[in-house]
Amino acid sequence: MVEFPEKRSMLSIFVRRYCSNRQAILGAVIVGLLLLVALGAPLLTQYDPVYDQDYNAVLASPGGAHIFGTDDLGRDTFTRLVYGSRLTAAAAILPVAFAFCVGVPIGLYSGYKGGFIDQWIITRIVDALQAFPSMVLALALAAMLGGGFMNAMLAIGIGFLPAFIRITRAQVIQIKNLEYVQAARSIGCSDLRIAVVHILPNVMPTLLVQITLAMASAIISEAGLSYIGLGASPEQPSWGSMLRTAQSYLGTQPWVAFFPGLSISVVVLGFNLMGDGLRRALDPKIKD
Amino acid sequence: MKIIIKRIAAAIPVLFIVSIMVFLMLQLLPGDPATVILGQEATPEAVEAMREQLGLNQPLLIQYLHWLGNVLQGNLGQSLVDGTSVNDLIAERLPATLELAFGSFLVALLIALPCGILSAARPNTIIDHFCTFISLIGMSIPHFWLGMMCIILFAVELGILPASGYVPFFDDPAENLKTIILPVVATGFRESAVLTRMVRSSMLEVMQSDYIRTAKAKGLGERTILFGHALKNAMIPVITTSGIMLAGLLGGLVITETIFNIPGYGKLIIDSVFNRDFITVQSAILVSAVFVVVVNIAVDILYALVDPRIRLGKEGA
Repeated sequence: MVEFPEKRSMLSIFVRRYCSNRQAILGAVIVGLLLLVALGAPLLTQYDPVYDQDYNAVLASPGGAHIFGTDDLGRDTFTRLVYGSRLTAAAAILPVAFAFCVGVPIGLYSGYKGGFIDQWIITRIVDALQAFPSMVLALALAAMLGGGFMNAMLAIGIGFLPAFIRITRAQVIQIKNLEYVQAARSIGCSDLRIAVVHILPNVMPTLLVQITLAMASAIISEAGLSYIGLGASPEQPSWGSMLRTAQSYLGTQPWVAFFPGLSISVVVLGFNLMGDGLRRALDPKIKD
Repeated sequence: MKIIIKRIAAAIPVLFIVSIMVFLMLQLLPGDPATVILGQEATPEAVEAMREQLGLNQPLLIQYLHWLGNVLQGNLGQSLVDGTSVNDLIAERLPATLELAFGSFLVALLIALPCGILSAARPNTIIDHFCTFISLIGMSIPHFWLGMMCIILFAVELGILPASGYVPFFDDPAENLKTIILPVVATGFRESAVLTRMVRSSMLEVMQSDYIRTAKAKGLGERTILFGHALKNAMIPVITTSGIMLAGLLGGLVITETIFNIPGYGKLIIDSVFNRDFITVQSAILVSAVFVVVVNIAVDILYALVDPRIRLGKEGA
């Protein structure tokens, strides 16, 4: 007599495994907070991030009316951090969404179909793209496209393409010869249906981990590009452009650099913790 | 020998595509490159002269072949700013960046090896959690912010190290070391994060293999097992990661060099971007990508030399 374990949905197993990891919960909380702050920015502060310039309190130190101090134009640092969370959230989402929407279909096609286009065109282009150091590629593309926040997003997204194509392709090659896919083929499912309905859902767990970790690195890249001056414009309250401003005051007003960098670190830590948590929760090899 | 030839042959199509990509990058410029380079106020004659200089009046394919021909002969073109050869510009900036790259790599190894080995030797203990935490922090802190915090602490508050600038090693070795400590530590700490994880997981895997169990069973001390038996095999995947990391550092130092105002290769790229010197940008990017490909080949060959399973082909595995 075989005893069947209590039937549980995959989702509930996943949630239980994820929540059994304290670090993973912390990561989810940090990411959740980022989204909440981004959505509720106007409720959290009385100032405007761009137009409220207090010329009597330029580069004020933390405390009093400005708890995190002010920048070189007398703008409230806390307010700019709060509104900057919107750009940070966008910087996490947009490049990754681009890489996902372009890279995953290419990876699906390449892995499922194989053959000349896969071996000689897609794989080679991916290899070539990976030859560029990521920051150099992002920098060059952003510069050629003409700078600005959206161009920076595109530049960072293009840098993520190889990883998304590779991971999808490798997974598809593993999955496509499994029995259930053969079964789908034998009952006459079209290739498109097999790829999207039958294979893609099983690639998603691996991609989910990649998405989270890519978001962490996208935030750092955006901050880097904005710091150099090729991302968000100086008026935009991007955490990276705030660091750019702070560079001139390291010797005299160090706190200007402190808070934006700390915010970036905490948020990136959140995404990294979440990515690790997802990896553990979704990896069948790790027992709970 | 066969592996070497095979590996180099495989790199040729990649390099070919890399060259096309780098060439096409200039086409991304909004509008006519000559106008973008000279600015909107340029006279039509100047724009036409620039178009002539860049060869823009020829068909794209001819432009590419012409450019590729020059590059293959080792001629990367002339800077649009002052007409100096880009080869000279790169050669002039490379030493500082190479020094920073090797320095950062050294710092990364100094952090990653002890942390990774300790973690793997005592998995799931306080030490392991601490090392894992350090590497998480390394991955999460933007290295340019860490650099700024180092400047505030060591240059501004304590005043023991210079905040920026660079002195070539052969001009003044002591001063040179002082100028590179902060950038090297800030960059190396970030690089150590990935490496620590790599060392840890690789060591853990090796520690579970049969030959380690045998070594334990015959009563060898922990130290002999860790350093005499496990480390050698655990280092194989680490070599690959290190090689790729080192190659990536050539470009990865872009921001570090900006913060610390070091006239290196990354700074050259950024300066050229802001000077609209797109020929220099293009060449510098090409060189860094070729560098990555070459290092990858070297790493694969080294890998084969270290690991007989690869050298002798799959049937030996």
